[in-house]
Amino acid sequence: MSDAIRPLIVGAGPAGIRAAQTLLGAGLRPVVVDEAASGGGQIYRQRLVPDERTPRDLYGSEAGKATALHEAFVRIRDRIDYLPQALVWNVRNKTADVAVDGRTRRLDFSHLILATGATDRVLPFRGWTTPGVFTLGGAQIALKSQGCAIGEQVVFLGSGPLLYLVAWQYMKAGARVAAVLDTAPFSAKLHLLRGLPFQPGVVFRGMRYVAELMARGVPVHFGVEPDRIEGTTQVEGIVWRERGKEHRLACDAVGYGFALRSETQLADLAGCRFVFDERDRAWRPERDLAGRTSVADVYIAGDGAGIAGADAAELAGERAGLALLEDAGRSVDHARIAVLERKLAAIHRFRDILEAAFPFPEALASRVDDDVLLCRCEEISVGEARAAARSQGVHELNRLKALTRIGMGRCQGRMCASAATEILAAAHGKPLESVGRLRAQPPVKPLPLEVMTDGEAA
Amino acid sequence: MALLKRLARHKLPQITFTLNGEACFGLAGDTVMTAILTRTDRLRVSDFSNAPRAGFCQMGACQDCWVLTSEGKRIRACSTALEPGMNLRTMTEPRS
Repeated sequence: MSDAIRPLIVGAGPAGIRAAQTLLGAGLRPVVVDEAASGGGQIYRQRLVPDERTPRDLYGSEAGKATALHEAFVRIRDRIDYLPQALVWNVRNKTADVAVDGRTRRLDFSHLILATGATDRVLPFRGWTTPGVFTLGGAQIALKSQGCAIGEQVVFLGSGPLLYLVAWQYMKAGARVAAVLDTAPFSAKLHLLRGLPFQPGVVFRGMRYVAELMARGVPVHFGVEPDRIEGTTQVEGIVWRERGKEHRLACDAVGYGFALRSETQLADLAGCRFVFDERDRAWRPERDLAGRTSVADVYIAGDGAGIAGADAAELAGERAGLALLEDAGRSVDHARIAVLERKLAAIHRFRDILEAAFPFPEALASRVDDDVLLCRCEEISVGEARAAARSQGVHELNRLKALTRIGMGRCQGRMCASAATEILAAAHGKPLESVGRLRAQPPVKPLPLEVMTDGEAA
Repeated sequence: MALLKRLARHKLPQITFTLNGEACFGLAGDTVMTAILTRTDRLRVSDFSNAPRAGFCQMGACQDCWVLTSEGKRIRACSTALEPGMNLRTMTEPRS
């Protein structure tokens, strides 16, 4: 009976929208809760109001996919229960607590699909909290959603496919890209040749971005080790080392990041078992190919289930929707399932190649100076983390949090946990998985007290 | 000096708001963050060392872009749309 099935989908990005569409196709009416004002997620983020730019201007080569996803969501909006600008701040048993319109509501669900996405994975280096330093994803959102560059002369730094994509998008939009600083050596990029048979389009597009940046005179440096951002009230320059030599470049903004990290707090609160993912260098919810977690009726799809990108998210969202239907005893199209799983497997093989081409700069975390801030909320230094590790014998992240407050601030470790994991493991010379992961706490993001008290005076 | 530089959307309707007691305007479709950082270089100072901050992730995760409304409510500048008549205050005074 369809009345008994009340699916809740968290997130209206590529995974959440495709999951909703799949459930709707089987006659269900899912609730979709999303923090943004409109659907699309971060990658296909929409403007708040229309402007003169075309989808091609906003999403480049992915304009067709972005438009198709947005249109799919418009078509289903009236037949789902959609809560935009709403935060699922807790999950317990079969109830979600949702903050929406300044109050909290309890939503009972029979099945839960988590499509919570990811944020940039960052590492601290001197000056990373200076105004004008943003994440790569943040720099891209400023451009897509707001039509703004993060500065007049922008340096992009880091590793991961987003590095070249964002730099290229800035150049195309008329911003001055002062340089692209890739922390990986050029030789790493040769791995992409292995990826040609799997995803030729993606590889050629990446090559085109680099070629066009260089043709327009944008300096591209490989094997870069960031040293510091100069400037106290605003970015004035960046200093890095390259083949043992120090380089300096004047700029007024830096966009940086080292690929992405999954948002997994709700899966943790839902009681999902976690496994360590070597490729992501992080713990993530355990799942099967279809997105089933270790908890019955809880599914996970998209970058929140491990980093795989937007194309995989669309496929995984649909696959998770079909898994839910299968588990609820509905008939599903098995040929379609086979196609989805085959495509997902191909993307996952390609992800290994991407990881080799855009490796995480492992050495950076262990080389960063003691007085550099690790936790930007609570302003705890790298040295304080190392001291706790060495003199207080801390081997585990939650213990580190208790003793130093790293990960206890307003971002709940979203910006520092990856780095804290690297630094704690490096301090002991132990594998990353041995230091564990931060436990999620409700509310997963800060809420005003009046939300909890339902508008009454606290 | 302004941090963010407008490359597009120049012709959208203006929205008037108040920033630190001064009348100013942003554009339709601006977030509070865009409206403020196209005029100035900081949103707040950090809680312990009073270092300037101007946001970081722009996707509602880092919580580094909080500003105040006239009622003393804290809002996340990157994920709040600018509305006509908003009376906003950056939190740039060092705490005593």
